[in-house]
Amino acid sequence: MTDAAISVRGLRKRYRGSRRPAVDGVDLDVARGEVVALLGPNGAGKTTTVEILEGHRDRDDGEVAVLGTDPADGGRTWRARIGVVTQSATDLLELTPAEAVRHFARYYPDPRDPDEVLELVGLADAPRAVVKLSGGQRRRLDVALGIVGRPELLFLDEPTTGFDPQARRDFWRLVRALAAEGTTILLTTHYLEEAEVLADRLTVITDGVVVAEGSPATLAGRQSRPALVGWLEDGRPRTEATATPSALVAALGQHFGGEVPGLSVRRPSLEDVYLELLSAAAPEPALATAGGAR
Amino acid sequence: MTALAPPRLPTILPLGLARGALELRRFFRSRETVVFTFALPTVLLVLLGSVFGDHAEAQGVTSSQVLAAGMIAAGIMSTTFVSLGTDIAGDRDDGTLKRLRGTPMPAAAYFIGKVVLVAVTTVAQIVVMLTVAVAMFDLSLPDTAGDWLTFAWVFALGVVGCSLLGIAISSLARTARSASAVTQLPYLALQFISGVFVNPITALPTGLVVTASFFPVKWMAQGFRSVFLPDSMAAYEPAGTWELDRVALVLGAWCVIGLVLCLTTFRWRRGQDG
Ligand SMILES: Nc1ncnc2c1ncn2[C@@H]1O[C@H](COP(=O)(O)OP(=O)(O)OP(=O)(O)O)[C@@H](O)[C@H]1O
Ligand SMILES: [Mg+2]
Repeated sequence: MTDAAISVRGLRKRYRGSRRPAVDGVDLDVARGEVVALLGPNGAGKTTTVEILEGHRDRDDGEVAVLGTDPADGGRTWRARIGVVTQSATDLLELTPAEAVRHFARYYPDPRDPDEVLELVGLADAPRAVVKLSGGQRRRLDVALGIVGRPELLFLDEPTTGFDPQARRDFWRLVRALAAEGTTILLTTHYLEEAEVLADRLTVITDGVVVAEGSPATLAGRQSRPALVGWLEDGRPRTEATATPSALVAALGQHFGGEVPGLSVRRPSLEDVYLELLSAAAPEPALATAGGAR
Repeated sequence: MTALAPPRLPTILPLGLARGALELRRFFRSRETVVFTFALPTVLLVLLGSVFGDHAEAQGVTSSQVLAAGMIAAGIMSTTFVSLGTDIAGDRDDGTLKRLRGTPMPAAAYFIGKVVLVAVTTVAQIVVMLTVAVAMFDLSLPDTAGDWLTFAWVFALGVVGCSLLGIAISSLARTARSASAVTQLPYLALQFISGVFVNPITALPTGLVVTASFFPVKWMAQGFRSVFLPDSMAAYEPAGTWELDRVALVLGAWCVIGLVLCLTTFRWRRGQDG
């Protein structure tokens, strides 16, 4: 048995009728027990990549091993070891969340206790039919069905879309608990904060190509970026980027003769670094072009 | 510590029955589906039966009784072929099949679930239609074991064959919305050319009867007429007899063809999913 949960080399996929490939030579490695987040703008190819790994879509080219198996010929035993939360589903409308989770638990050789799962995702007291659930509650049910089989490897495609801030924090706790049990997790998200909190490693794709990879703290040289020092001078905000923030703060302290008004020192956020990365990869954002043409 | 054998995957049959229970729960909870599934053939039977009235066909048999026997065949096609064709296209469209594909549930369990659903709804459908036909049109239920036996095998072969064809045709529809049109067309056309609405079937142009003879509805209707009408009525059939051996042959053949079509055309994904 290898230590890689997912190993992808040169993955390619072009949808019929579209000119550009959706995935254009992606390499990806996820070790057992690791939590990896796939980031990238809308249409970057995240869902396409993940669904090929889940066995939901065919690939044109590339080598793919998921838990040592090619997803294109993964059988029942293999499916019992993975958990899947896809990006969109509108099924199960007539059932209650409890009925759905209990039913899906039957598919697996060693499922979690359905009531426990409902508790974990915060649906324990939602006796109503799925059709009457809110968007965020539906999404929680998707997550519940993804984890009820006690998967070794869990795919989460934008799992927290529509979650309120409290639900998102609860979900983060759940994911960390799963990771602590040893579950390998590959997730996609548009929330950089979420990626930072959950992932050991980040992979950024745009236009079907990996443009950056690294831990949240070091992505694109984040750790060695200059710090940003902000303060108020004559009532106006000032900012200065510096490699030696302590010296600057000391100098400011002398300048103001004590407290520096409105002082802040921060490193560039993951979002700062990420947006820079994307604008470097695609100098002309599509939306700006559309706006200019109007 | 002794090594534990890895837990076994659940066996298929109980899973299939669990799916059947779930399908039934879903079905009976969507009231609209229930009402329209059962209402359509029954309402047609009531309307057409009243139009034809008790105009005596022959041998003390009325037109509405002949109609009722044929409408039961059509009713089976409605709850199997039409319902399954649209239902499975819907499962493909709303993500049901995709979600299931991400679990270790075997395809066979899904199909067993659908068979359970269809068996229950079809029996319910036939009970409703027979009740109406007996109450309104004095249709008499078969009184010999032989007739009941014929009823049972025509019913069973018809249900299996039409269900398999319904599963197969669901793959032809590109979306759930087009599925109801795709299934209604053969359903309505076959009813017209199979001597369900027009009786006796020999009143139809020969070309239509020959065409209908390639498909199951004509033979189911003929089989049910043999069950519910006196044997003297066989004179009105194209061959002048009930041709039960041929009924069995054609319906059996459609079961085989349906199974092959199912196995070769069934797809988990929507067309555009690649
Ligand atoms: N079924 C499909 N048929 C044709 N093209 C598709 C299909 N699904 C996706 N695409 C195209 O492939 C590209 C990648 O799409 P994908 O869904 O993988 O992006 P994504 O990164 O998941 O985006 P998002 O963040 O919006 O979910 C897009 O250009 C999209 O239009
Ligand atoms: Mg996506």
